[in-house]
Order: sequence, then C-alpha cells, then structure tokens
Amino acid sequence: MQHQMEDFIRALRAADVKVSPAESIDAHEAVARIGYADRELLKDALCATLAKSEDEVRRFDRAFDNFFARDPFDFAQPPPPEGGGSPPPEARLEDVSEEAASSELAQIILAGDSTALSQAMERAAQAAQVSEIRLSTQKSRLTRRLLDEMGVAEIEKIISQARRLEGEGGNALADRLEAGRRIVAAEAQRYMQRQHDLYAAESGRQLREELLARKALNAEGGIDPVDLQVMQALVRKMAKRLADRYSRRRNRARRGHLDVRRTLRQSMAYGGVPFNVVWKTERVDKPKIIAICDVSKSVAAAAQFLLTFLYSLNEVVDRMDAYAFSGRMIPVNQILDEHGVDKAILEVLKLIGFQQTDYGKALQDFAENHLDRLDRHTTVIILGDARSNYADPRLDIMRTIHERSRSVIWLNPEPESYWNQGDSVMNRYLPFCHLAKTCNTLDQLERIIEDVLRQYVPH
Amino acid sequence: MTILAQAANASPSMDSFASVDALVEGLGGVGYIASRRIATALYMSVHLQKPILVEGVAGVGKTELALSTAALLDLPLIRMQCYEGLDESKALYEWKYGKQLLYTQILKDRMGAELADAAGMDEAMERLHGMGDMFFSEPFLEPRPLMKALREDAGCVLLIDEIDKSDEAFEAFLLEVLSAYQASVPELGVIKAKTPPIVFLTSNNVRDLGDALKRRCLHLHIPLPEASLERRIVASRVPNIEERLTHQLVGFVHALREMDLRKSPSISETVDWARALILMHADSLDAAMVRDTLNVILKYEQDIQMVEPQVSELLRTALTTP
Repeated sequence: MQHQMEDFIRALRAADVKVSPAESIDAHEAVARIGYADRELLKDALCATLAKSEDEVRRFDRAFDNFFARDPFDFAQPPPPEGGGSPPPEARLEDVSEEAASSELAQIILAGDSTALSQAMERAAQAAQVSEIRLSTQKSRLTRRLLDEMGVAEIEKIISQARRLEGEGGNALADRLEAGRRIVAAEAQRYMQRQHDLYAAESGRQLREELLARKALNAEGGIDPVDLQVMQALVRKMAKRLADRYSRRRNRARRGHLDVRRTLRQSMAYGGVPFNVVWKTERVDKPKIIAICDVSKSVAAAAQFLLTFLYSLNEVVDRMDAYAFSGRMIPVNQILDEHGVDKAILEVLKLIGFQQTDYGKALQDFAENHLDRLDRHTTVIILGDARSNYADPRLDIMRTIHERSRSVIWLNPEPESYWNQGDSVMNRYLPFCHLAKTCNTLDQLERIIEDVLRQYVPH
Repeated sequence: MTILAQAANASPSMDSFASVDALVEGLGGVGYIASRRIATALYMSVHLQKPILVEGVAGVGKTELALSTAALLDLPLIRMQCYEGLDESKALYEWKYGKQLLYTQILKDRMGAELADAAGMDEAMERLHGMGDMFFSEPFLEPRPLMKALREDAGCVLLIDEIDKSDEAFEAFLLEVLSAYQASVPELGVIKAKTPPIVFLTSNNVRDLGDALKRRCLHLHIPLPEASLERRIVASRVPNIEERLTHQLVGFVHALREMDLRKSPSISETVDWARALILMHADSLDAAMVRDTLNVILKYEQDIQMVEPQVSELLRTALTTP
C-alpha cells in the first residue's frame, strides 16, 4: 500500500493540491491509525491531512474518487447452447500446449476472476510505469505496453494454437479467450484514460495557462473567446493575490520605542507615576488607487484585457476610483460594481469605447471633475498607448497630477520602440511618470503591478 | 503525557475518542451534531496531536465545535480572539509594568537602606542586579491566552478564533507554539506544555493563510449542511420544536441558499430563527409569519427586499419538497 499512497499523493499534486513531504508523513501516520478497511473514513482522514483549502478539498474529493475507483470487470459467460443439447466439451488449456497451461492471464480469463484481473492489471501497470503519463498522445503507446506486460501476446498465440486443435472444443476455447481478450483490452484502455485524468489532465491545463500568460494581448484579432474565460479567471486570481497582500491597513507596533509624550500624558492621572506605558506604533495605510483606462480604437485589442484587470482590481481593492475614456472621460466604478464582469466590460465599451482618442480632452475632464480625488496617498495608474491623434496632450494637467499624487504609473501595451512614433506622445508624458512600462502580457502585468504596489503604495 | 491519557484517568468520556463513530455520538451528547468528516478530522487531530484549522462561512459552527469538544472532554476552554494588530504581548505574556512600578515605589526606601551599607558602587550594582531579577519573575508575569494554555497541566482546549484577522507577523510567531507546544520568554526561558492542548484555529477566509501555518495543521472545511443534518441540528439546539416546523423552516432556508444573496443564512441563523418562531408560538410557517421574521435570517436590507416579494413562492417550494 506504501506504493499506492505515493502514487495517490503524486496524483494529488498533479491535480494542483499542494502536498509537502511533512503532510505526506502526516497522511501515512493517519492511515497507520485508521487502516484501509473503511473507505469513507480513509477519505475523510486523508482529506484532513492533505487538502488545505476549500478548493483543494474539492479537488481532493475528485482525485480520491478517481484514484480509488475500481469498477469490477464484467466477464461474459459463454452463451447457452442453442437447441438444448449439451455443449461440446471445451478443450482444456493443457491440451493446447504446455506454455498455455502456465499462462496466468488465460487462467484468469477462463475462471472469470475479476479480482485477480484487477490485481494483474495493477501489477502490469506498475511494471509498465503507466503513472508516468504526461501527455494525452502517450495513451495508446502506454496501453500497448500495459497489455504486453499482462501477457496478451501469449493469449493471442494460445488462441491461434487452439483454433488448430482437432474437434469442436478447440474453437470453443478460442472463442472464450478471444472474448476475454477484448474485455481486457477495453479495460486497459479505460484504465489508461483514468491514469491520464489523474496524472496528466491537469498538467495540460497548466500548460495552456502558462502560454496564455505570456501571450501578447494586443495581438491581431485580440484574445480567443475560448481563452478569454481562462484569462479572466487568471486575472481574477492575480488581483486577489495582490489585494491580499496590500489592501489591509496594519497598525504595526514598533517594539521598544517609547511614546514619551503619550506616556507622560497618561501618567497625569496617577500623579506622575507612569503606570501605563505607551509604545509608538506605525500606522500603515491602505493603498488608494486611481486607475484610468484607455478604451479607444487604437487599443481595441487590449481594451478588453485592461478592463478585465480594472474589474478585478475594483473587486478587491477597497479604495479605488476607476475611469475610462476615449474622447471624454467617465467614472466607471458604478458600472463595475453593479454588473458581472462580461456585462460590465460591454457596458463600458458601449458607453464610451472605440471612439477617437483625445488624451488632452480626457485629462481635462479629469482635471475639471475629479481632481479632488487626488491626494498625496494616491497612486495613479494609467493604462493606455498615449496615441492622441495629434491633439494637444495637455502636459500641464499631467504635471498637476504628477505633483498632487504619490506616484503616477503608466502601463503601455505597445513595446518601447513604438513610443513616440506616429501620433504617440508617450515620451512627452514620460517626465511626469514615476514609472512607465510596456505591459502586454498577463505575466508582465502581474510583475509590474506587484512592483508598483511594493514601491509606490505605502504598506 | 497526552490529553487522552490524562483524560482517561479522569473521566469516562474518553471512550468518545476510541473511534470516529463513538466521537460522532459523543459530540451529539453535548449538543453538537457532527458529520463524519468533521468527526474524522477531530479524531485525527487528537490522535496525531496536531492543531486543526477550521474554515467555513460565518455561523456554520466553527467556534461551536471547539466549545463542544471542551465540554465533551471536560477540559477548560481558553479562547483567543484575533484582530489586526494583535501581538505577542497580548497573546503570550506581558510584564505587569504597573505592579513593577508600584512595588519599586513602595520599596524605594527599603532598597535605599539595603544599598546604603554597600562598600562601593560595584557592590551596590551587584545587589541591584539581584533585585532586578526579583521584578522579572512569575508574580509579575501577566499570562495571556497562549501562555495560559501552555501552563494548564491537565491539558485544555485552545481556541484561536479568526486567525485570518491577525497579521502575518503574528502568524509566523504562532508557528513555534503550534508545532512544539512551547514558547520562549527571554527572562524566564522556554515554557513547554506538560500536556499539549487541543488547538482549534478558525478562519473566515478574509485573507489566505501562509503555507507554513497550513502545513502544521489539519484542515477541516465545514460546508453548509444537507437538509437532514440541519434538521437534526435544529432539533438538538431547540429541543421543544415540532418536527413539522423544523421540516418547513429548514426547507425554506435551503431554498434561500439557492438564491444569489449577499449573505446566505447559515446554521446559526437557522437556529436563531427556530428559536424566534418558538417564542412567537408558531407551529407552522405561513407567509405573514415569514415576512415578519425575515430579519432574523437575512442580515442585509437588499437581501430582505429581494426575498420579500418571493416569500409565498419560496414557501410553496419549501413545503412541497420532502
């Protein structure tokens, strides 16, 4: 069973349940205490020691049911003879050849012993190392190897030998072996499928997510609708992770620093004897973020991605103001709050998307209506390509924003070599940004946002 | 010595931990209706001597599990509520500064007299050092929950409530306590538990806990219960409720959970509602009664507004489903 447990833990890891060596020791101890007799008990005990979050519990349950699923094999009994007459006596294995008599698989098939067959298959699976499967293309090759290990080649030889035997009995035996062989082959295929689900299915998904994270999001044609959902899930996970780390305000006590002023003040009540000693604390502020997102024609491909990010950030950061603009700028917090992610993005795009860009006008709108939202705790994040159709970029407003906020961060979906080419005024905005970076894949986005939060947001 | 050995000497309740089934029964005896998964996790935690991290939505019975375990084992329960900014001095120990100051004030003259006949500065310092140790000794130590738990010689149940509300730094500090059942006080040395306490940590998932902490704990996620289990819980918590009413109100609550609400009612709300209905002498549900008491199970104005017009319909489905 030791081997079984190791395989199971491997299957869990493949299913994205993180199991550390310490936890697998726990699991072994748990099993040593409760034994294998009670399936439900085993499942609950392993679950308590191995799965460490609600998600993991769900994945654990699925992996457990899959791993310890053992459907009994169904051996077809020979059909009852027609016409009532007694069936012709079947040839025995010994009649065929000496080798045949010693074939384990043939005996199992003839006896219809499904338990023995399960065990034989497990043994063969270990020998053929089928649990090493990584890709779905390996399935057929590994199935073949599994069957070889079980001795199916021998069975085929016995069948052909039996057919050549004198009399009815040989054929009858061959038929039954043939039927048994088919069942074994089908079972081996099902077995492989399950192994694939256990060990490889998840790695395929992970591969896809990795590729997607590196895919340029402003590529021609935008994002594949199939990928869009995966991407949204990724973005949401990312935003949650970032918010977990940065959105809580903490009152950190600085141990050992006496707050003399407050201690003296408190001691007044006790005639100057400092009964209550007050230590200095540092107050850590929650970040306040203003995100401004360009949704005009020039960033059409990336707009959806940028808005998805805006949406997720809005979900997890308490104090965030979100704005979107093409020609004019509007606040979109309400839209993001009220609708689901798909609907919200559509609403924003419908309201203001895909028009002529005018950065100057947009900045002016911001300056006129929302400048009071800026203070020295605020981080401003601008998502856009700075292509302003040769209109006045209003650098003066940009300077005001720069001076009033804690930091200004510009994330541009275009690579740096494109900046300042054509109608891009990126380089003229640059002096007013604390940080300007290219950002057109999920990977980059996460890294930059992480940097941003670490350096520019108080924490 | 383990809790089990300790308790076996003291009380017959130990049979409860002989097997999972016995534990389910034992918990039932103290009013906690547990599913097999809950009981198994608790069973493993006691036998492997590991803390148990309980997660689940608010009001699903996380804290209650710790209380019931304490009742079952007849051990004292020490509870520590976590919050932002909780630190060592509030969780483990603190020196009683006030008392120290008061004593030095009172003993000032006495100390002066002691020091007066010292031959020189060195000798005076020497004596003063001896007195210093006096002031950092047990009588001046204010034990906080963790220290109290470690010093319970007969063992206890330690409940660290809402660990997700505390800071990461505090979480790291807990690691020593949870894995070795000991804590170090610089002035006194390492304090080690004679009998490791049974530790429950609860979390509402406000933030993700660190992997290091999770690894040291067994994990138990308590989901919202199935109807049959919830009926048994209500029956056990509200003894004089009629079976028909239990059936109806659990059915109604389950229908509510299907809806997209800001805060779905959990077990504690179901039980509160049952109690409220008993107070109002209701023996079956009707639409008017439900509308009047909706604020017991729903905690947001928006939720109440959303549910109110649908009460009759929800009630009909709740009454027809078995």
